Amino acid sequence: MQYTLNINGKKHTVDVDADTPLLWVLRDAADLKGTKFGCGIGLCGACTVHVDGEAVHSCRMRVSSVGESAITTIEGIGATPVGAKLQKAWLEIDVPQCGYCQAGQIMTAAALLARNKAPTDAEIEGAMDGNLCRCATYLRIRDAIKQAARETLGAAAAPKGA
Amino acid sequence: MLQETVMRQPSRRTFLKVSAAAGGGMLISFSLPGIADAAGGKSATLNAYVRIAPDDIVTIMAKNPEIGQGVKTMLPMLIAEELDVDWSQVRSKQADLDTDLYEGQFAGGSMATPLNWEPMRRVGAATRQMLVTAAAKTWKVSESECETASGQVHHKPSGRTLTYGALASAAAKLPVPDLNSVKLKDPKDFKIIGHSTRGVDVPAIVTGKPLFGIDTDVPGMLYAVFQKCPVFGGRVVSANLEVIKKLPGVKHAFLVGAGEKLSFMAEGAMQQNGLSSGVAIVADSWWRADKARRKLEVKWDEGPTAQQSSEGFAKQAAALGPKTPAKILRNDGDAAGALKTAAHVVEAAYSYPFIAHATLEPMNCTAHVQGDKAELWAPSQNPESGRKLVAQTLGLDEKNVLVHMTRIGGGFGRRLMNDYMVEAAYISKVAGAPVKLVWDRTDDIQHDFYRPAGWHFFKGGVDADGRVVAWQQHFVTFGSNGKFASSAGLDPRAFPAGRVPNLSYGATMMESGVPTGPLRAPGDNALAFVFQSFIDELAHAAGKDPLQFQIDLLGKSEMLPGNGAGFNTGRVRGVLEKVREISGWGKRRLPARSGLGVAVYYSHLGYTAEVVEVAVAANGFVQINKVWVACDVGSQIINPIAAENMAQGAVLDGFGAALNQKITIRNGRVVEENFDGFEPLRLSQAAPVEVHFVKTDNSPTGLGEPPLPPAIPALCNAIFAATGRRIRSLPIDPALLKAG
Repeated sequence: MQYTLNINGKKHTVDVDADTPLLWVLRDAADLKGTKFGCGIGLCGACTVHVDGEAVHSCRMRVSSVGESAITTIEGIGATPVGAKLQKAWLEIDVPQCGYCQAGQIMTAAALLARNKAPTDAEIEGAMDGNLCRCATYLRIRDAIKQAARETLGAAAAPKGA
Repeated sequence: MLQETVMRQPSRRTFLKVSAAAGGGMLISFSLPGIADAAGGKSATLNAYVRIAPDDIVTIMAKNPEIGQGVKTMLPMLIAEELDVDWSQVRSKQADLDTDLYEGQFAGGSMATPLNWEPMRRVGAATRQMLVTAAAKTWKVSESECETASGQVHHKPSGRTLTYGALASAAAKLPVPDLNSVKLKDPKDFKIIGHSTRGVDVPAIVTGKPLFGIDTDVPGMLYAVFQKCPVFGGRVVSANLEVIKKLPGVKHAFLVGAGEKLSFMAEGAMQQNGLSSGVAIVADSWWRADKARRKLEVKWDEGPTAQQSSEGFAKQAAALGPKTPAKILRNDGDAAGALKTAAHVVEAAYSYPFIAHATLEPMNCTAHVQGDKAELWAPSQNPESGRKLVAQTLGLDEKNVLVHMTRIGGGFGRRLMNDYMVEAAYISKVAGAPVKLVWDRTDDIQHDFYRPAGWHFFKGGVDADGRVVAWQQHFVTFGSNGKFASSAGLDPRAFPAGRVPNLSYGATMMESGVPTGPLRAPGDNALAFVFQSFIDELAHAAGKDPLQFQIDLLGKSEMLPGNGAGFNTGRVRGVLEKVREISGWGKRRLPARSGLGVAVYYSHLGYTAEVVEVAVAANGFVQINKVWVACDVGSQIINPIAAENMAQGAVLDGFGAALNQKITIRNGRVVEENFDGFEPLRLSQAAPVEVHFVKTDNSPTGLGEPPLPPAIPALCNAIFAATGRRIRSLPIDPALLKAG
């Protein structure tokens, strides 16, 4: 079956089985390998992408149910203000060890910050607990989300204060 | 094991410079022929490690596999420091496996720092020396009048300056200086070492660039899954291949190792680091291969271990525990006699389960076998061993097997084994195409080389003054013919041997079909739990402060043999005193059902003491509030920002094992299938970890492993302080910690 997907603002036409998970369409048909395979059943969060702005486990979403929804992946998240701030915080705090989970972490964090500009510790835990980091870089993930939140708020507040 | 691998390597080509280094290591290969004619406008390769371009960009080869330990940043930092360039000029490039050019291309045993600390700096210093010589010749001045800084050579008397980029072509024509005699910097002059340097791959990681083994793409590549027998060592008899071959996208489906055992296959239940019997499916996409696998009907010969279970092992161990050990490892004085006269006697049985590595990137490898040649893209911690295994399995000359090293999504020791490399190579050969093999999570959890389970039966005695006078320990473990299974042994010299006058260590081995292997801080990740918990029990029995009791047990400051390379009791004491200070040990009043626990361990050349603060809820839930870490890995922390991350991760990794993890064997196979049954630590479980490095006048050593082992007993000792309940079995069962 042919599907035309809207990924990171670009049209990608792929020819795959209707039951193919979005994860494998992204990785193997659209050649966007930043989204990672970890468990295949939505337990680790490594495959997290945004579908119309919502964080979704792409290993659990069939390509046939995507339709014209806007898909954002780690390759495209830097184009959003929150995504860019998160990437910057991840770099400055030097979050990753092996790095394999970090795309999913950033995508989940970006969905969190998009709906909640100043999450509490408990809200960060609630949002991020589905994203495993086998190297346990959690302390820095938490710090980076907070830094990005502060900077996003600061950037939003700056024009008012000026 | 790994240390031997490194040390034995001979130089294979005459132009290699290999000589003894201070501290017993070896100096690495260095000079290369045929590269001295680099013309202007082209990059000049000065040696196997360093390439300097006319625009002053310095490319430094990172020879070791990157598993998240930061080695792709750290090794180039060592070279760059002595080369005297700015870090902003440096590009770190992952090397392929090339044992003619490089030594010790593995990630394991926290060995990268001790093995490379001096050799890599000498590479940098020698390269710098060549650039100085080239400048001096150009200017016709004495080298002693030339200085370097920020990738430039200055001739102070005349005020002239040349950049390394301008000098590189000339320098590449010079003979290589003697690595042993090049001058190294005084550490006080370090500009890169000791300064936080962010991971070189982080920009690519946060933007989703392909980096990992699983991201490999080769033109014409097919995708494979490989179904092995769920029972370890089992063999395929037959499968519905004709059905599978007709499914959409399936290109090949075939049995591996049906019927007669193939000569190249993995030997024995304990040694499955090779090709296992199974069914391979190759398709035009991984999804289609995996989908086809769900239609697979296989008849297995499950072999002789299909009745084994965790429960059965535990029963067997419980029966063996009180008996005389089959093997006496050590016997000092008269432990049985001393127990009779001790003021306080403690008897305790400890146990811990099998656990898996569960790296987040599943095992995978891309292979292209063509005739007598093979090319592999492998996320392997031990690619040299993988190359050998592939060559043996396919009957190839090792020289014809090219291994590209990819970034690795977690190692923890799992990828010291290379079973997935052999599988990919074999499947590629049969399929006649490049093939990417990707395991799913169930393959990964059910076909690991597990941290072995173990059972320890203790009797200990302290005298009226609180001194440990008797220690009897019977370790029931796995092994065969008097030989411990991988990572299932006990060093007869293990502490507190030498500090307890009447001490016996004995072991009894059970046969098992479960493959075992190294997991982060192998041996120590379990032994620290039992030794350090039991010492804490003795401290409480003696009515002593547990931290002071540990210090007293160490005795005078000296080197003791054991725990690997031998260790210095003074350094153990140093980290204990530091952690006492930073944690406020003995000075803080805590609420009810809260407590502090301490543990200390020497592992992989590093010394770590940890204090954990817990609060245990009435329902038994263990809340870790804070962890203090005092760690001595020598005189220099090479990359502080990465070192802190690594130490924190190691501590939390230990907590994940202690709180969450167990692999259950039933009917000869693993019960757990995914991250619901086998769960790494999650963010909500991650307590703040405060890390202090104790700098001592010792050569720097590694950090990937040492902070893990004490985390588990420090946590369990804290739980005892909070509740009076002793955790003697892992994972921690909250039901045992309920109030009342």
